[in-house]
Amino acid sequence: MEKRVFERPTITKLSPGLPSKHGVGTAIAPMPFVEGLKVDELIEKYGSPLFILSESVMRKNVEDVNRAFKVRYPKFQLAWSYKTNYLDAVCRVFHQEGSWAEVVSGFEYDKARRNGIPGEHIIFNGPGKKAKELAKAASEGAYIHIDHFDELYLLADVCQKQNLEARVAIRVNMDVGIYPKWDRFGFNYENGEAWDAINRIMANPKLKLMGLHTHIGTYIMTADAYKIAATKLSDLASNIAHKFNHNIAYIDMGGGFASRNTLRGAYLSGEDTTPSFDEYADAITSAIINSQIKPDKLPTIILETGRALIDDAGHIAGTVIANKRLSDGRRATIIDVGVNMLFTSFWYDHKINPTQNHSGLVEETIIYGPLCMNIDVIRPSLMFPPLKVGEHFIISRTGAYNNTQWMQFITTRPNIILIDKNRETHIVRKAETLDDIVANEEIPEHLK
Amino acid sequence: MKVKENIAISDNGFVFNPTTGDSFTLNNTGKEILLLIKGGKSMGEIKTTLLSSYDMDETTLDRYLLDFVSELRFNNLIDE
Ligand SMILES: Cc1ncc(COP(=O)(O)O)c(C=O)c1O
Repeated sequence: MEKRVFERPTITKLSPGLPSKHGVGTAIAPMPFVEGLKVDELIEKYGSPLFILSESVMRKNVEDVNRAFKVRYPKFQLAWSYKTNYLDAVCRVFHQEGSWAEVVSGFEYDKARRNGIPGEHIIFNGPGKKAKELAKAASEGAYIHIDHFDELYLLADVCQKQNLEARVAIRVNMDVGIYPKWDRFGFNYENGEAWDAINRIMANPKLKLMGLHTHIGTYIMTADAYKIAATKLSDLASNIAHKFNHNIAYIDMGGGFASRNTLRGAYLSGEDTTPSFDEYADAITSAIINSQIKPDKLPTIILETGRALIDDAGHIAGTVIANKRLSDGRRATIIDVGVNMLFTSFWYDHKINPTQNHSGLVEETIIYGPLCMNIDVIRPSLMFPPLKVGEHFIISRTGAYNNTQWMQFITTRPNIILIDKNRETHIVRKAETLDDIVANEEIPEHLK
Repeated sequence: MKVKENIAISDNGFVFNPTTGDSFTLNNTGKEILLLIKGGKSMGEIKTTLLSSYDMDETTLDRYLLDFVSELRFNNLIDE
């Protein structure tokens, strides 16, 4: 007689009338494939854990946001937010789709140049630009987005001394009716600081005011906030036109569109609550079109969208290391993906699915990473089927910020592969080795 | 090891404890094991039964059984 497959025995308590926030005994569907490729086989080939990026999803997202804006507005330009994911392969996908580069440091600036992006297609943001970096950006024609008065003076000084002209914009912060109010970056709109900065720029012949910029925050769930922001920037633009007879070339609305991930502890799933690109586009374009800006002088809309364009193009697959029972009776599952590589588990209740079929039965489970650190929690509580040691799972929507904000801590970081349009796989970042990690270390003579 | 008196186990894997008012669901393996315990089988006998009908090594089975039994105990469904 053929033996049957053994499934871990489970018992789950039912609480009638008191469904947990996950509902009662919801089945978790297996997810055996990514882009039509077997996850188990990818792990076999490239090791566990494994970051998997989908080129098609990135391209599709760009297409979707482009369509949403271009049907409503004549001039639209994306700039890829390098900090969201600056793997060269990823940047190049976005550049091939026509995105400029949006960078926030000299390092990111140089990375964009290395990826073949000319200065005049780079937007240089951030509060920490150094004199040398400003000089280089100015001489290469990049758009320098000034963050504070000290930077304005520094740039004026650099341009004066080196006889350079700089193309600039200012970053503006403002009240758009949401909390938290991001007022640490840029010049404030309401108290007149932004207008003051604009006047100083217009008075300096070395500085060419090209645009206005804001980035109202990240994971913004209300399109209305963008409407308020675009209205305020349009007001500034028409005041500039009125006073100086100067029409700015662009309004840069920054990033911040929510992805479909679910924020940690949120009651409703991000899949249900995240506004569509159309809703954001409607809010922004209608505010600008309905403003005092003359129809033949409409500025280009630039977006620095990061998260919403790449989150769902990324996955991380991994393996169950152990199961244990906590003293309060809860099940704990230890996996080989920790917060060192999945940084976003601090923000999100990431979706996690087994790669194989399971009975519908699930049980409240806490999912820990493999680090010997109390903070290493991937999901504090979810209803999950009992996976056996060695079985695989896949975590979805990990494309944004993980491959940049991750840290080399306790373990090395794994392979990252890209699945291309033809479903071919390519390693785009090799797994680290001990040699990579110690490459920059030096041992003083007396310790050798 | 004994299933507590008056614990009801239904065919489709529901368990009801009238003393506490708690109800539970079991998956198929869980149900099979609880019924074996209820039938008075010892841990050794239960293991032999399961090993003969499932594709499973003894160490892993041991671990799962131990974990499952501690859950039954935690939920007040069995006596030592
Ligand atoms: C200036 C700027 N632009 C764009 C972005 C990208 O934001 P998001 O990923 O929320 O779209 C950020 C992220 O922090 C940012 O600081």
